[in-house]
Amino acid sequence: MIPLQAAAILLVALGATAVVLTRDLVRLALLSSVYALLLVVLFLVFQAPDVAISELVVGAIGFPLVIGVAIVLQRGG
Amino acid sequence: MSYLPYALAVWIFLVGLYGVVSSKSLVHLVVCLNVTQSSTYVLLLAIGYVERGTAPVFADVPTGTRAVDPVVQALTLTDIVVSVTVAALLLALSIDVQKRNRTVDPDELHAMRG
Amino acid sequence: MTRRTRLRLFAGSATGLGALLLWAMAGLPDFGHYSGAYGRILNAAAPPERHVSSVVAAVVFDYRGFDTLGEEFILFTSVMGVALLLREVRGDQVHRRDRVQSDAVRLVGVAFAPLLLVIGLYVVAHGYITPGGGFQGGVVLAAAFALLYVAGEYRAYRRLTPAFAVDFAEGTGAGGYAVVGIVSMLLGSAYLHNFGPLGTSGTLASGGSIAFLNIATALEVGAAFVLLFTEFLEEVEVSRRSGG
Repeated sequence: MIPLQAAAILLVALGATAVVLTRDLVRLALLSSVYALLLVVLFLVFQAPDVAISELVVGAIGFPLVIGVAIVLQRGG
Repeated sequence: MSYLPYALAVWIFLVGLYGVVSSKSLVHLVVCLNVTQSSTYVLLLAIGYVERGTAPVFADVPTGTRAVDPVVQALTLTDIVVSVTVAALLLALSIDVQKRNRTVDPDELHAMRG
Repeated sequence: MTRRTRLRLFAGSATGLGALLLWAMAGLPDFGHYSGAYGRILNAAAPPERHVSSVVAAVVFDYRGFDTLGEEFILFTSVMGVALLLREVRGDQVHRRDRVQSDAVRLVGVAFAPLLLVIGLYVVAHGYITPGGGFQGGVVLAAAFALLYVAGEYRAYRRLTPAFAVDFAEGTGAGGYAVVGIVSMLLGSAYLHNFGPLGTSGTLASGGSIAFLNIATALEVGAAFVLLFTEFLEEVEVSRRSGG
């Protein structure tokens, strides 16, 4: 296992812990996108470009839009 | 050292579960559920990895070079896109809950009324 | 039960579950020594058999096309659930003007939205030659429309995504996938078996029915995400109007 893979694995573990421990919702929306980006790096290093494109697109477009609007609605418009 | 990806999958799974159990807001709960789901992606890709293998796309390398397993990648990539729509459904439910009960704290939503 | 009791119970059972999982992972083959036969056979057999370069696309749309049909219907059902929950009887309302004030943001949005559309179409069309495909390209297509809202105003976004067109596109995508399988049955082979001329590997005209399934998937995923976003934004408008 090459060192790049070990570094990516450690970063993903840190990112998951950070996402779970955040309570502020706006920060959570941003952190979930950063976590998705770290997952993209991990998937690329595991030689899976299709999965990496999928996660990139979802983490940059799909999930932040949905979470952002949910946060706005929760605050009452 | 070769055990590290599997240990990562277990760690992400347990951390995500902790987030679901100890969450104070339904939106945070949905995000932690997504984190838990990502642990299955990591596990699947880690199982399919071949040492010094390349991606299973033979557009620039000749067919027959050593490549990683394509079946687990196929399973994972459809799942990632579909999980966002399921998360959106859960968030729509939470919006509905908030309209009726004025709170999204899971600890305060106990009884089913009406 | 109270929160403290729940957390204590979780601490105990999580340690047990973690130990069990780690012990189970030790039985897997070492990282990098994948020993299954299915993957190796597919890597060797798919490019000459189906004339595509991306074995992953061949697995998603051909060898395991039935699983993808199931995933498509999960997507369709959950979007239908969101529409059922959030869609109320709304007349033709005049939406408030909420233009983005900054000229630079509007310029960037107007410049990039068509570019995103072209990139989305490229990712969809070359799905079986390079990494990409219907799922990834469909979300990029939806993002091209969402950029109009983010960098412009809500009215422009609504005018370009009328409800009947989005619903029609999504239904056509989901139903089209199932219908391609039926066409395959009418031609005498199994459901969702590859049919059509296989073409030359490496060009856009290759893969047989993989191309049709790719397009159907892209239609459905793009329309599903546009519909999701529209429903959520309409909810914001309604709550703003009622003085929330």
